[in-house]
Formats: sequence, structure tokens, C-alpha cells
Amino acid sequence: MHEMSIAEGIVQVLEDQAKAQCYTRVKTVWLEIGPLAMIETEALNFCFEAVTRDTLAEGAVLNIIKIKGEAFCMQCLKNVPITERYDSCVDCGSYQLQVVQGDEMRIKELEVE
Amino acid sequence: MCTVCGCSEGDVKIEGPAHEHAHPHADESEQMIVQQGDDLDFGQGPAHAHVAGMSQSRMVQIEQDILGKNDRYAGLNRARFEAQSIFALNLVSSPGSGKTTLLTETIQQIKGDRHVAVIEGDQQTANDAERIRETGVPAIQVNTGKGCHLDAHMVGHALDNLTAFQGGILFIENVGNLVCPAAFDLGEAHKVAILSVTEGEDKPLKYPDMFYAADLMVLNKTDLLPYLDFDVDKCIAYAKQVNPSIEVIQLSAKSGEGMAVWVEWLEHKRQAMIKQRIDALETEINQFKALL
Repeated sequence: MHEMSIAEGIVQVLEDQAKAQCYTRVKTVWLEIGPLAMIETEALNFCFEAVTRDTLAEGAVLNIIKIKGEAFCMQCLKNVPITERYDSCVDCGSYQLQVVQGDEMRIKELEVE
Repeated sequence: MCTVCGCSEGDVKIEGPAHEHAHPHADESEQMIVQQGDDLDFGQGPAHAHVAGMSQSRMVQIEQDILGKNDRYAGLNRARFEAQSIFALNLVSSPGSGKTTLLTETIQQIKGDRHVAVIEGDQQTANDAERIRETGVPAIQVNTGKGCHLDAHMVGHALDNLTAFQGGILFIENVGNLVCPAAFDLGEAHKVAILSVTEGEDKPLKYPDMFYAADLMVLNKTDLLPYLDFDVDKCIAYAKQVNPSIEVIQLSAKSGEGMAVWVEWLEHKRQAMIKQRIDALETEINQFKALL
């Protein structure tokens, strides 16, 4: 459901950038998405295809670059890998974790003409 | 779609008179001028790169957050809250957790002391706004149409109908949904997640994003605990597992048990916000005084 809003947001960014960067068609979009970004990539792919119809990005390929999740453990005083919000520290088992990376969701690069 | 600015928001409907377009569009001034001579130079594009085999294509690096637009609108809302000294809360929960009853009961208790206004988000109907208006406070209903959450742009338009509202508490009751509203900042001071004890105690683990985004979890309908197997301690432990700093208040909007703690929390946080604003202004005044 909210993947649809996200896909619409992507098209909006593409249209805004088209004016700024002088292009008329988008062929490929590279998206960076972390495991904590609340995005189901399959759903996003599906929605992207639907919302790009009759836009400058019709038929564009969506490439998703997956970023790793990372949190700072207050007990170990170092960064540890995580894949979910409720994960514990892989070393000490503590839940006192501060997410430092993995909730990103951004457009990294475009192939345009 | 918004009939004034044409932003694609689907079938969003906001109650109230047709609005003036008070907020600027963040992107309008960001257009870049690209010079074009008679020659075709593929290296002159913003990416400054030519990729072999892509004679007409070019690569553009933009590194733009997809939620950036929502976040910009949220920033504008936050500035308006600050200018009007409004303490805004974003109430999120699954459908049926008792958000509207909690609100009507809260309003009955505080409306004598504080200005209160409500923005109601639902997919359809103005039923909830009508329930709020019966308590005597202004309420704006936002129907999200096909949308599953309120976004900052919708809230901005709703605020256009609350321009006279000053120095009070604004409750934004989000669409009943424990998933999507977590991602959309509305400019609020705090997200408050409401969980009723008739739901599963493991909801914080099932919907971790929401409990991670919330600063307070309200456990509602505690008057029903004797009839249920709901393990309160386990539920709180799960919430803290997802968000170690989350605060918890247990109450029953129906019996009134725990309501005083909630009302105190509201006043405490509202005053904290005002004090923070005073501190910032005093710092600014001192900076000016130093220039004399």
C-alpha cells in the first residue's frame, strides 16, 4: 500500500529533476534501500511499473541496491550488523541498540536521455 | 488530487472551505540553468560522464531521499506549529484501538484549561470528526481516499483551516494502520502509538517500525484485562526491545483509570516544548544584546 505512495514519490522526483537536469526520458533508476526502510522491494517494483505508465519513466528499469543495516551497541560501544528493528546485538545480546544505517531509501543514480 | 496545487495525492478530501495555497512548493526554485551551444557535447550533462554504447543516454547522480518531499512539508508544518505555539501529537494505532474514544475523553478533561484541536485521518467518512466536534472543539476531517496514511502535505492543507488556533494541543489522529504511518513525518512533536489490550501483546514485534518511531505507547482498555490473557509485562518488554527509550502509560479511556497520568504527560511534554522555545529565544536575544 505505501509502496504505491513511494513509487509516486519516485516519479515526482524524476519529473522535478527532468526540468532541472534537462532530460525527457528515464531509462534506469538505481535505488538505495536499507532493510529497515519499511519497503517491500517486490511490491515497489510492481507499483513502479504501474505508476510510471504514461510518464517520462514508462518502461524504465528499477535497480535496487540493498544497503546493510547497522546499529551502535551501547554495551559493546561499537557498530554491529542488524536486519530488523527488534534484533539484539550479535555479540552481547543487548537490545540497547541505536540504528546508524539501514533506514535509507533514496534515488542514487539515473540513466536518462 | 489537490484541486489547488495539483499534487498527486489520489482521492484526498479535506473538510473546510476551499483553501488558499499557503505553503510554497519546495522544489519551485531549484531549477538549474543548463547552457546549450551548437555543438553536441555528451560530457556536459550533470553527470559529467559519457558511457560507451549509450550515445543519447547519460548518467545522472541525484542521491535524493524519496521521502524528502514529505519531510520538507513536515518541516513547514513544524515551523507553523512553532509560530502558533502548537503542541502537536501524531496518534497512530491499528483500527479499533480506541483512539477516538481516548481523544473525546481527553478533550473532556482538558478543554477547560487548554485550547484543543483535532485533525482526523480516515480513509472515508467524517464520523470521527463529528464525534470530536460534539465535545465542542474544532476538528478537521481528512479523507485519504485510497491512501493508507496521512502525509505532511495533507496535514498542511488541514492546518490552513486552523489558522486561528494558537497555543494549544493539536491531536492528529492518523489512519488506523500500524505500518505505513510510521514512515511519514507530519511535523509532530511526538508520535504516540496506542495499543489496546484486546490485541496481541506481541504487536510491538509484529509492527516494529511503528513502535520504533513512537515516543510513547499507550496501553488502552485496561479495564478489560481481567477477562483477557494479555501479558502486560511481556508487551512492555517487547516494546522496549524494539525501542529502548519508549515510554508506556496504561489506561482505560472508558473507566478513566490511568487517564490522569496521560493528561499529566501531555502537559509535561507541552511545557517542555514551550520551555525549549523560550531557551532558544533567550539565546537569540543574548546574541543580539552582545551586539549592542
